[in-house]
Amino acid sequence: MSVETLPEPLGQPIRGPSALAGDWRRFWYLTFTIARSEFKLKFFGSMLGYLWQLMRPLLLFGVLYVVFSLVVKTGGSAHHFPAVLLSGIVLYSFFTEATSGAVTSVVGREDLVRKIQFPRLVIPLSVVLTAMFNLALNLVAVAVFLTLQGVHPRVTWLEIPLLLFVLAVLATGVSMLLSSLYVRFRDVQPIWDVISQMLFYGSPILIPFEKVRSLHGGVLGVSWAHLYMLNPLAVVLEQWRHAVIDPTAPSAAQAIGGWPELMIPLGLVVGLFVLGFWVFNRSAPLIAERL
Amino acid sequence: MSPSQLARDDPPALAAHGVEKTFLIPEEQTHTLKERALHPLRPTRHETFHALRGISFAVAPGEFFGIVGRNGSGKSTLLKCLAGIYRADRGQIWVNGRLSTFIELGVGFNLDLAALDNVVLNGIMLGLSPREARARYESVIEFAELEEFADLKLKNYSSGMHVRLAFSVAIQVDADILLIDEVLAVGDAAFQQKCFDVFNRMRDEGRTIVFVTHDMSAVNRFCHRAMLLERGRIVELGDPHEVADRYMELNFERARSRQGGSGSPRPSRRPQGRIGDGAAWVSDAWLGDEQAEEQTVAHHGEALTLKALVTFASDVEDPGVSLTIENDQRQAIVCATSERAREHTGRFVAGEQAVFAFSFHNVLAPGRYFPVFTVTRRGSGVLDRYEREFSFVVTASDAAGGLVEVPVQVRVTRAADVEERVRA
Repeated sequence: MSVETLPEPLGQPIRGPSALAGDWRRFWYLTFTIARSEFKLKFFGSMLGYLWQLMRPLLLFGVLYVVFSLVVKTGGSAHHFPAVLLSGIVLYSFFTEATSGAVTSVVGREDLVRKIQFPRLVIPLSVVLTAMFNLALNLVAVAVFLTLQGVHPRVTWLEIPLLLFVLAVLATGVSMLLSSLYVRFRDVQPIWDVISQMLFYGSPILIPFEKVRSLHGGVLGVSWAHLYMLNPLAVVLEQWRHAVIDPTAPSAAQAIGGWPELMIPLGLVVGLFVLGFWVFNRSAPLIAERL
Repeated sequence: MSPSQLARDDPPALAAHGVEKTFLIPEEQTHTLKERALHPLRPTRHETFHALRGISFAVAPGEFFGIVGRNGSGKSTLLKCLAGIYRADRGQIWVNGRLSTFIELGVGFNLDLAALDNVVLNGIMLGLSPREARARYESVIEFAELEEFADLKLKNYSSGMHVRLAFSVAIQVDADILLIDEVLAVGDAAFQQKCFDVFNRMRDEGRTIVFVTHDMSAVNRFCHRAMLLERGRIVELGDPHEVADRYMELNFERARSRQGGSGSPRPSRRPQGRIGDGAAWVSDAWLGDEQAEEQTVAHHGEALTLKALVTFASDVEDPGVSLTIENDQRQAIVCATSERAREHTGRFVAGEQAVFAFSFHNVLAPGRYFPVFTVTRRGSGVLDRYEREFSFVVTASDAAGGLVEVPVQVRVTRAADVEERVRA
């Protein structure tokens, strides 16, 4: 047996897989190309293609609208209820599509993970990106609908990119967290299904914020309304309603009781992102072995 | 300049130093939080599996380097560590140049997309930019001979077309160092030849190729150097022929130890269940000159000697020993007997032992062979039959494909010359 004695160093060290490998361009190419081909599959995969992507939120909207404004009449009183409902459904759909899709993504892409070296973070991020493509198209439908509803563009529409950015950061953070946890704990998936259902009712989509505000009581001296607004999704949706649809509706800061308080849900978004990245980054080197 | 000289002068293309990799295999996999929550204190029991135990080697730029080993020897784990798919627990790996890995062809292919999308996708996986991948699409399709089917979804491709497309993308990669894991096992003989042609071309272009395989003829034909792994350690590193021989021996040792024959002492009594009356029996047989050597590999084209040690239980007048060499299909390839010899072997008394040696020029084709020895009393039937108790392997660097490989001279004479001679 001959073992050569090696002078050091001998070139670029190979350190094994990680969440982010050095080459940013390749990272982006991979994320974008995977997201694009996934989107293309959804788009051209069936005969009606994109229509199905649009039908889901629209159908949900139709059912909920009929039930809650004509039969039960909870939301009907609110100003621009249909516009709020539809944009709420579209934004919420983006969030669940990204996060629920990301949960199983790393395990589902086993073929790639075990056979090729690439930054592992590409996988959940490409799922989020696919959901973003979808969101972009759905927002066009929302814009058309808003116009039909008599909602006109205002200066505050400039907030839209910021709101979408916050939503995307939230979705990315949660996606990173869930996709790496799922490798070891398979019941993350049903748990997340339940939580995302709860988030639907825990955000101002169906039930206008005013209904929550009119509730008496609270927990430990914090009113229900303020607790409700700790949900980052509620913050985004409520601010959307204020800035995009109905300026008379309370803004997110007003709803939670002031700017300092608003920092809590926003801090939660940043915290989830950091936590998600940290967990993913820690588990990335070992994902290929644990699958 | 030979690659081994290069190794000393230039920085290596790829170098590993003391690489170790251990896998923890949980005895029962806990996949759910519930299981965790129900048994929070139960320690998860692991079996540790040392896949790599301190691997150090260097591959020179432009070298074709083979990694061989049996299943579970750690060769694929090593390749994954080199490729950066697994993280080595200990030790360092360095690389000089762009590295590309082929553990499987067509990684990331999506069956519902057409060739273009898959070429771009796979090309990016292998390290191209989208623009480069798109620019090379034409030549990929051309090399794969799929011009007519370019618009078809991949799920409508035959498996052969699939492999051709994947391979064509793979060879577009501009990597300086290629790590290849038995991708050649797929496809028909013609395609494999095409693969080897490409690898040869890449080798001639001065790229470094690290090649993991079971195929010893490929090692012999292509590799400058090779490395044999066994249980996570380097057993042999150097000349590919020697490594291939050692691999054959290792494989054979395993087969032999399974039969329980290798380490056990020579039987001093005749084993049960053998044909014959037991007046004399073959107590041992081996390849080569020395009994103790346990040689198991014979090179084609060299002298080959098989010997049988015969023990006599009673007096035997003029015994004969014959040898039949069977291949793995139980076809008799070579037959020989001492009875043909003019002289009589003489009289052997009870308790005596004698060695019968059979030598010939090795014309056997590469493969595994089983010697069968039969001990007879002249004119009166079988005393013992020693069958399939050991085997040996014949290696050859080149084989034409027959049962035996004999030197054949081929001469061409033009028909016109014959006519002329006839007329003359």
